[in-house]
Amino acid sequence: MSPVADPRALRNSVCIVGVDESDEIGSLPGKSQLTLHLEAITNAVRDAGLTITDVDGIFTAGQHSPALLGEALGITPRYVDGTTVGGCSFIIEVGHAVAALHHGLCDVAVISHGESGRSGVGVSPRRDTSLSGQFEAPFGFGGAPTLFGMVTTRHMHVYGTTLEQWAQVAVSTRKWAMLNPKALRREPITVADVLNSRPVVYPFNVLNICLVTDAGGAVVLTRADRAKDCAKKPVYVRGMGESTEHVMLTQMKDLTFSEATRIAGEKAFRMAGVAPTDFDHIMLYDAFTSGPPIMLESLGIAKRGDGVHFFADGRSTPGGTQPINTNGGGLSYTHSGMYGIFPIIEATRQLRGECDQRQVPNVKLSLVNGMGGMLSAAGTLVLSNER
Amino acid sequence: MELDRPLPNPITPEARPFWDGLREGKLLLPRCQSCGHVFFYPRVLCPRCHARDITWTQASGTGTLHAFEIAYQVFNKAWRVKPPYVLAMVELAEGPRLMSNLVNVEPDPRIIKCEMPVRVVFCKLTDEITLPLFEPAR
Ligand SMILES: [Zn+2]
Repeated sequence: MSPVADPRALRNSVCIVGVDESDEIGSLPGKSQLTLHLEAITNAVRDAGLTITDVDGIFTAGQHSPALLGEALGITPRYVDGTTVGGCSFIIEVGHAVAALHHGLCDVAVISHGESGRSGVGVSPRRDTSLSGQFEAPFGFGGAPTLFGMVTTRHMHVYGTTLEQWAQVAVSTRKWAMLNPKALRREPITVADVLNSRPVVYPFNVLNICLVTDAGGAVVLTRADRAKDCAKKPVYVRGMGESTEHVMLTQMKDLTFSEATRIAGEKAFRMAGVAPTDFDHIMLYDAFTSGPPIMLESLGIAKRGDGVHFFADGRSTPGGTQPINTNGGGLSYTHSGMYGIFPIIEATRQLRGECDQRQVPNVKLSLVNGMGGMLSAAGTLVLSNER
Repeated sequence: MELDRPLPNPITPEARPFWDGLREGKLLLPRCQSCGHVFFYPRVLCPRCHARDITWTQASGTGTLHAFEIAYQVFNKAWRVKPPYVLAMVELAEGPRLMSNLVNVEPDPRIIKCEMPVRVVFCKLTDEITLPLFEPAR
């Protein structure tokens, strides 16, 4: 490969300079999806010490196009990206923004998420795709829990993983949520609480499944040379990777291992020049308790079948040696539907040292990994507060 | 008669022979004439060798339960089957996997196991639509 085409040339060339949620997150029947976008964008741009008129690149995913956001903001961007491959789209778009900014296609990029996932205000009605309407709906499938459980029972069959071990993921994540004032669910829970919570679809009880909320979030990026003039300490995008494997879950080669995640991770680690075990802080997309362990295995951080041990032995919890999902995750902090913007926001805050009670000491290298659909797509970021 | 579940919708032209076969009590699968790969869901090219030469082959109707879930609530507005019911991913003897329901079994995770042998049961919904459901093979 010629040096010109090596993605390592992009390492640390672009920084995250602004992050924030919408004014409120949770149950917001008085706010439309578009309002959640606009609140998040204005808050994140202010966090960066910039103004909306500085923004010339708009990135988003979901129902609203970048064109609508540009119109609503009253700006005419010179770069847009609406990649929509599920909840990790925003993580993937950080990589796209790095490339666009590096090559001067835009100067200030904003990646925006707004979703009225709980209240459904200003939302278009959902339609089945022809494939799920034809081959899944007639059997009673509908929504993520009826699909991700397949991945989970298969993992239990192949590796002997237990319901108690999945429950440990919920317990660990809740311990972090208890330290985050913005988290929706902050009361302590035990493994027994998870096992005794309302059965939804075996192997999931309600405490194995993410929240359903209304929320917005946004991330602002610019080139490293310009980042020095922004309000906060820059967070460098050191590595990035993306991939997709399937959409229909029957097409996934191995239900217990995400090939898209493996590819995204390897690309990001290679670009960053780091090993999968080098991270001080890890954010993993947790729509279900079985997601993070399978991601650790697919990324090469845990051996296959061993991901659950990170949560069971205390490593992932506050004070542990491998903190994971320090905002309280989709399980306890917020999950509007496409959760992927929020792990980027939390990783940035941790690398800036803004996390008060839940601050992980001496964080230098943070991993963000998200899935789209049922481990269908993946995006990985390596973020650092040092060059 | 009121249906207890949503009909497949929309039926795509490339999948029409699949649904026509079911009406006659046959489980048909797309097969690549070029490399012999049998796959599902139906599409106009072979996902292995990318040839556009696809025919149909009759499946044995046997397979294994690759993964499963037991639904304790309804996830679809048109669904009338009383929970609990079993959501199944079946791996057919010919190789491809498809989504279905496991029927004629207690919806109990102590009884239902991944890799248990299953066989097709044809479930007529309307004059047009018959669904392939599965039951334990022994
Ligand atoms: Zn072929």
